[in-house]
Amino acid sequence: MRAPSATDIAAGEVILAVDNVSLSFGGVKALTDVSFDIKKGEVRAIIGPNGAGKTSMLNCINGFYHPTEGRITFKGETRPKMRPHEAAAGGIARTFQNVALFKGMSTLDNIMAGRTLKMNRSFFWHILRYGPAMDEEIAHRRFVEEIIDFLEIQHIRKTPVGKLPYGLQKRVELGRALAMEPEVLLLDEPMAGMNLEEKEDMCRFILDVSNQYGTTIALIEHDMGVVMDLSDRVVVLEYGRKIADGTPDEVKRDQRVIDAYLGVGH
Amino acid sequence: MFYREAGQYKTTYQSDMAIFPLRQDRIGIIIILALAYVAVPLMASDFILKTIMLPFLALVLAVVGLNILTGYTGLISLGTAAFMGVGAYACYKLTTIFPDVNILIWILVSGFFSAAIGVVFGLPSLRIKGLYLAVATLAAQFFLQWAFVRIPWLYNYNPSGAIEVPLRTVFGVPVTGPTAAIEVKYLIALTFVVVLTWVASNIVHGRIGRSWMAVRDMDIAAQLMGIKLLEAKLLAFAVSSFYCGVSGALFVFIYLGGAEAGTEFGIRLSFIILFAVIIGGLGSMIGSFFGAGFIVALPTILKFGLPAIGIAITGAIAEKIVVMVIGALTIYLLIVEPHGLARLWQIAKQKLRVWPFPY
Repeated sequence: MRAPSATDIAAGEVILAVDNVSLSFGGVKALTDVSFDIKKGEVRAIIGPNGAGKTSMLNCINGFYHPTEGRITFKGETRPKMRPHEAAAGGIARTFQNVALFKGMSTLDNIMAGRTLKMNRSFFWHILRYGPAMDEEIAHRRFVEEIIDFLEIQHIRKTPVGKLPYGLQKRVELGRALAMEPEVLLLDEPMAGMNLEEKEDMCRFILDVSNQYGTTIALIEHDMGVVMDLSDRVVVLEYGRKIADGTPDEVKRDQRVIDAYLGVGH
Repeated sequence: MFYREAGQYKTTYQSDMAIFPLRQDRIGIIIILALAYVAVPLMASDFILKTIMLPFLALVLAVVGLNILTGYTGLISLGTAAFMGVGAYACYKLTTIFPDVNILIWILVSGFFSAAIGVVFGLPSLRIKGLYLAVATLAAQFFLQWAFVRIPWLYNYNPSGAIEVPLRTVFGVPVTGPTAAIEVKYLIALTFVVVLTWVASNIVHGRIGRSWMAVRDMDIAAQLMGIKLLEAKLLAFAVSSFYCGVSGALFVFIYLGGAEAGTEFGIRLSFIILFAVIIGGLGSMIGSFFGAGFIVALPTILKFGLPAIGIAITGAIAEKIVVMVIGALTIYLLIVEPHGLARLWQIAKQKLRVWPFPY
């Protein structure tokens, strides 16, 4: 999918590091001194009870929020105030907890919008449409059709996404993020509100993305079965603090995690 | 029965991305163009050309322009008329300072002046949205209208405060001014509309149109796609104001033949164009044509059509009724069919596809 370049980080090395990040809104502390790292090619889960700061963490990583303290290093580069579009240009894509699709546009247009950064024909070519702008459009359409095939959404290609059922909207949103050919893909509750079958489909897609394209994935999820099966490493947050970090098995046995989040079987 | 895509296979992405993917639509657009270029100037009376076609062609570009801003990018503007005024006054100044340059070039160039002003007044759009942006553009409306009255340089110190369109010829044929033939004016305006609509439709169907719609539908996600909000919004303001500027220049030079400082480009016209966008359909090119046609034709039909079929109605009453009908229809459409006449057109096409069967 993406041609390897010299600056690429080898699989297994740290691609994104979060160091002592704190985030507060006025008096409310959303995150306190959180540190963890994400290694290239892994599936990293962020879990924790509601309000633990998981989504705030993702918002910091892709530049919607700027950490009050601490720093985030992406591909060896630390930027104190990264804007969302800079994060996008750097290779961070993201889906949202409550689907944030472009509701008035078709599935195809939504995924094509994910290609925006890769398209660079100037305004003047767009005035003509035919010629270079059209060639570029066709080249990217070809790529987008691959994603549509991959996610098995051919039948809704031309449907406005506002009319799609929730499960498919989530899938289109994943497609739009994939269209950016990201190096790091942040998924905020990709399986929330889905039935079992849809969840299984989504798990399959996430694993396929990870295996076929080698994309690094960080995901927030509440379904523990999914988290334990999919992820290579898990970080657990509670009240904005990190309480555990490790492989699913380690985390599962951690007493603090059991107390705070997992609970015990009755 | 006849309006079906059966047997038309798309084998390339290009044919799938065509603006008129259906052969019947392509034939239809050719017929409409042929009618507009040949049949209308030959057959239509001066009255129809003067009271319906010219104002329609002049205003439709402003409606397309506002539709780009409001329908595609989701930014409300109440300064449309003022941006049209910038185009008209720019064209007037340009052609009086450089009378030898082809007037058609100046009509186009005046759009760029309007675009520049539009960008300046579009700057607040990064921070403010919706109703607040509407108020900010309202400031543009009042400020520019004030400038048209208070800066005599703009109307060449004419004691009456009005601009009068001078006679300009293209290849020896009078195009503007009192002696120009109405058919010539019509063809000029039509060509501007056809070319600029083609350009607008090209822009909204490509990457730029998609990024505008992305900003409209979900600006947070748009940023995440790498779309810079300020750039996208200012480009929308620039393109929109360009269309408004050309529309304003055509409105004065082709249709009115002269304009009183500050009266033609008042807030009333801004609202009428906004209503045309809403009635026609937000985010639809063909809707802009429906909306402009509706706004222009309705007064004439009420004023002259009703007496012709025996319903006595005076001009003054007709004008009041027009305002009431447009107001009522705008409210009705906002509630029932936010996508306006364009949506009704789509439904009609869908019905036509399966006719004579119900589905």
